[in-house]
Amino acid sequence: MTIERHQYDVVVIGAGGAGLRAAIEARLAGKRTAIISKSLFGKAHTVMAEGGAAAAMGNVNPRDNWMVHFRDTMRGGKFLNNVRMAELHAKEAPDRIWELETYGALFDRTKDGRISQRNFGGHEYPRLAHVGDRTGLELIRTLQQKIVSLQQEDKRQFGDYEARLRVFAECTITELLTTEDPAGQRRCAGAFGYYRESGEFVVFEAPAIVLATGGVGKAYKVTSNSWEYTGDGHALALRAGATLINMEFLQFHPTGMVWPPSVKGILVTESVRGDGGVLTNSEGKRFMFDYVPEVFRKQYAETPEEADRWYTDPEHNRRPPELLPRDEVARAINTEVKAGRGTPAGGVYLDVSGRLPAETIRRKLPSMYHQFKELADVDITKQPMEVGPTCHYVMGGVEVDADTAATTVSGLFAAGEVSGGMHGSNRLGGNSLSDLLVFGKRAGEHAASYVDSVAGTRPRTASADLDAAAEAALAPLSRAEGGEHPYTLHHELQQVMGDLVGIIRRRGELAESLARLAELKERVRKVGATGGRRYNPGWHLALDLRNMLVVSECTARAALAREESRGGHTREDFPAMDPAWRRVNLVCALPDGPDGDVVLRRQDLTSMRPDLSALFDRGELAKYLTDEELAGLDESVAAAEKGEH
Amino acid sequence: MGRKRRFRVWRGDSAGGSINDYQVEVNDGEVVLDVIHRLQATQAPDLACRWNCKAGKCGSCSMEINGMPRLSCMTRMSTFEENATVTITPLRTFPVIRDLVTDVSFNYQKAREMPAFTPPDDLYPGEYRMQQIDVERSQEFRKCIECFLCQNTCHVIRDHEENKRAFAGPRLFIRAAELDMHPLDARRDRKEAAQAEQGLGYCNITKCCTEVCPEHIKITDNAIIPMKERVVDRRYDPVVRLGHRIFRRDQLTAAPSRPEPAVHAPREAPHVPQGVTWHTPPAATAIASILPGERLSATEFTFDRSGAASPFGDDVSFPLPVEQLRYQRPSDPSTDGSGPE
Repeated sequence: MTIERHQYDVVVIGAGGAGLRAAIEARLAGKRTAIISKSLFGKAHTVMAEGGAAAAMGNVNPRDNWMVHFRDTMRGGKFLNNVRMAELHAKEAPDRIWELETYGALFDRTKDGRISQRNFGGHEYPRLAHVGDRTGLELIRTLQQKIVSLQQEDKRQFGDYEARLRVFAECTITELLTTEDPAGQRRCAGAFGYYRESGEFVVFEAPAIVLATGGVGKAYKVTSNSWEYTGDGHALALRAGATLINMEFLQFHPTGMVWPPSVKGILVTESVRGDGGVLTNSEGKRFMFDYVPEVFRKQYAETPEEADRWYTDPEHNRRPPELLPRDEVARAINTEVKAGRGTPAGGVYLDVSGRLPAETIRRKLPSMYHQFKELADVDITKQPMEVGPTCHYVMGGVEVDADTAATTVSGLFAAGEVSGGMHGSNRLGGNSLSDLLVFGKRAGEHAASYVDSVAGTRPRTASADLDAAAEAALAPLSRAEGGEHPYTLHHELQQVMGDLVGIIRRRGELAESLARLAELKERVRKVGATGGRRYNPGWHLALDLRNMLVVSECTARAALAREESRGGHTREDFPAMDPAWRRVNLVCALPDGPDGDVVLRRQDLTSMRPDLSALFDRGELAKYLTDEELAGLDESVAAAEKGEH
Repeated sequence: MGRKRRFRVWRGDSAGGSINDYQVEVNDGEVVLDVIHRLQATQAPDLACRWNCKAGKCGSCSMEINGMPRLSCMTRMSTFEENATVTITPLRTFPVIRDLVTDVSFNYQKAREMPAFTPPDDLYPGEYRMQQIDVERSQEFRKCIECFLCQNTCHVIRDHEENKRAFAGPRLFIRAAELDMHPLDARRDRKEAAQAEQGLGYCNITKCCTEVCPEHIKITDNAIIPMKERVVDRRYDPVVRLGHRIFRRDQLTAAPSRPEPAVHAPREAPHVPQGVTWHTPPAATAIASILPGERLSATEFTFDRSGAASPFGDDVSFPLPVEQLRYQRPSDPSTDGSGPE
C-alpha cells in the first residue's frame, strides 16, 4: 500500500479559531506548518459563535480590568477552573483582540471609535467585543485571511504559497502516531488520516502536533454543534496516552430553538438576553427571579423593575437574573418545563419584541432575526421565540499545562474547546472565543519552541503503526454486508446520552448508561459501511463513532463518580455543591491500550496563589472552599501581614 | 406523521452520473437538508453532501434545488407545493467530486491571489480608531459566509470554463470592495487591482449574484457598481485622458502603472453544452425578453416593466418545470460528456 507522506515541523489538527491561531504563531516562529481541516477551510464551528469575545479592554466601562474578568471566570466555573489558565486568559485576551484588528477584523465601535463591548451572562461589565451577532464568523474569516496573507509573503520569498504554511482541507485524522524515545518516554511522531474527497490515506510526520478539534456535542441529539464535533481530539489524545479532565462538565446552552423539530438545538444567542430579552413561562411569569442561587444573590436584581432599570443605569441597579451563568438558566428552564409551565413545543418564551423597537432588533440581532424568519417563520420583532436547553460546549478536555498548552505526551499540545481546565465546571459566554485566541497562540508558540528543543532528533513513524491504522480505517468497508448500520448506532448513542447523561443526572441512569455504552462499543467494532472510499459519509461516520463512544464513556464515568452538583454537572441525588469535591479533578485515561476501558483517577487541584485569592472577599470564598482550605488561607494572610510589620 | 414525497437527486462523479428517484418521508417544519439526511440514514448511506452548521451560517450546503442555487439548510420544504417533486443537483459551475459535492478550490485559489489587508504603519495594536458608520460599509461584505452561490450563478463563469482564469467572481469583488472601504487599509489601489487583475470588467451587472445571496448582501449595488463607477471615473475622465495625450507616461507620476485592462475579453464561439444530461438536452439559456431589433431596452419608459430585467430571464420563474431541469458538469476534457440517459 502506498501512502502519501508529508513532513512538517508543526501539524495543527483542526482549523477553527484555536487551530488557525496556533498555526499563525508556529509559522511566525518560522516553522513549516500544516493545518488539517475536517471540512472546507473557513467552515469550522467557530463561525457559529454569535455573542462575542470577552476581553477586559475597558472600552465601555473603564472600571473593567483583568482582575474583574478573572473573578467572573472563576465564579462562572464555580472555582473549579485551572487558576493559572483563568489568569493568563484574563490578562492576555485584550492583546489578542487588538491583534485581530491588525489582521483586518472590523468589530463594532463605540462612539469614540474604539471596539464596542456588550453585556453578557456572568460578566460584571460590558466586555464582549462583537460584530452584530456574527462574531465567530468575523474571527474565523480574519484568521483565514491572515493565513492567506502569510502564504502571500511566502510566495514572494520562496515562489510558493505553500512553502511554509499549507491547509489540508477535508482531511480527517484517525490516529496519532507516537514513538518511545531512548529514555522510554512517549513522544509524538505524526498523524495518520484520510482525504474525505478521495478516501486515500495520508501521513503527516512531525515532532509537534497541536490538537484543536473542538468538542463532543454530536454524541447528543439536541445540540448546537455541527457534524464535525465528534470528540476526535479527545479520543486521539487518550489513545496516544494523554489524559482528559473534567469530562463530566457539559454546557447545555439555555436557549436553543425548540421548534420546528428539525432545527431543535440550533443556538439562540445569549445577546438576546444581554440586549434586553426576557424569559417567561406559559403563565406569562418572568420566572428567573425564582432561581437566583445563594452564591449569586448579591449581584442580581430582585424585582423586574430593578432589572429593567439596569439596562440603562447599570451603576445603581443589579443585573437581571436572565443574565445568570448558563448552567443556572438552563436548569431553571428545565424545571419550568418539567413543572408543566412550558410552551407547546416544550420550551419557554424568550421575548425581545416588546422590549426593543423592531429596527433596533434587526440591527443588533440580524442573524437571529434571519434565522427565526427563515427556519421557523417567526418574526422576532413581533413575536416571542420558543427556546430550551441544547448541548453546546464541553468544559472538560485534554489535560494541559497552563503556560505551554502541552499535554502529558511530549510534543502533543492542545488548545481551544478540546483542552480542559480553563472554564472549570461552567464556561461563561464570550470566554470561548478569547480562550481560542489566548491558548491557540500559546500552543503554536510552544509547539514551535518544542521543535527547536528536539532539533536533530525527529521521531520516525513505525510502519507497523501505519499498517494498523490503515487496517482499522478500512475495516468498516470490508463489512459492507452484515455490518452494523452507522446511522443506527449514532442514533442509539445520542439516545443513551440524551436520556441518561443529560442535564439532570441520577446514579441509576448513569450506571445504566455505562452498560449501554459497553454494548454499543461492541457493536461499533462490527460497524459496516457500503459504497466506496470516495466522499462516503457513511464510512466517515462509522470511523467517527469510535471517538464519540470513548468520549461518551469518559463523560458517563466521571458523571457517576462526582457526587455533587456543580456548573455543567447536576445530580438529582446530590443537588448541592460540595467544597470537598471542588478540590478534585477527575482524570480519564486509557491505561489498558486504545480499546480498553476508560479508567478514572482523582487528582487535586492546585491551590490559588495568595495574590489571586486576595481578589475575592473572604465571605465569597467561604461559599466554595472547605474549612481546612479557609484556615490555610487565613494563616497565609496572617503570615503576610506579619511579614509586613 | 410524515408523508412520503418524491425526491430526485443527481448522483455520480467526474466520470458521469444520473438522476436517482427516491420516495422519502418529510415531516412538518423540515428543510431540504433534513430530507437529504434522512435519505442517508435510510436509503443511501453513501450519498455525498457537504454540510456543517445547519443554520445558514457556514455556507457549506450549497446546491441547486429545482434549478435555483440555494443553501439546503435554509430551504424549507413548506415552500414547495404539497405534491411537488423536489429535484436536487450539484453546483454547476464547479467540477463534481461525487454526488452533491463539488470541487470549489477555484474560489480558494482566487482568494489567495487577492492582496491581503495592509495594516497602517503608524498604529500599534489597540490604537485603531474607526467610526461605526465607516466600518458598517465593509461589515456588510464581511457577512459573506462563502457559500459560493454567487460564484456558481455568475454567468461569466457558469458554463464558461474559459473565463475562470481571468475572472475572480462576485465573492472576490466584495472582498475587494470591503478592503477598498476599510477605513484603515493602507493600500489605495483596490479598485484598479480589481479591474486589472480580477476581471471586474467582465461583469455586466445582471445581479444574479445578489439574487442568490443567502446573506442578502447587495453585491452588485453596493460593491461592484461603486467600484466600476470609480474605476471608470479615472479611466475615462476627460481631463485625465487629455493629460495622457499631452504628457508622456513618465511625466504622469500619479497615473497607474498597471497595464490597461481589457473591459471585455473576446468571446469565443457560442458554448456547446457538454457534460451530463438527463431526460432532455439542455435548454437554451433563458434570457430576458428583448425588443424588436434584439436590443434590451435601456429605459423604463419604453420597457414593459419598471426596474431591471430578472437576472435569470424574465420568462423564468422558480421552481423550474421538471422537464427543463438539467445538471451540466463544467466541461471536462477527460470525459466525452455523454452520461447515461
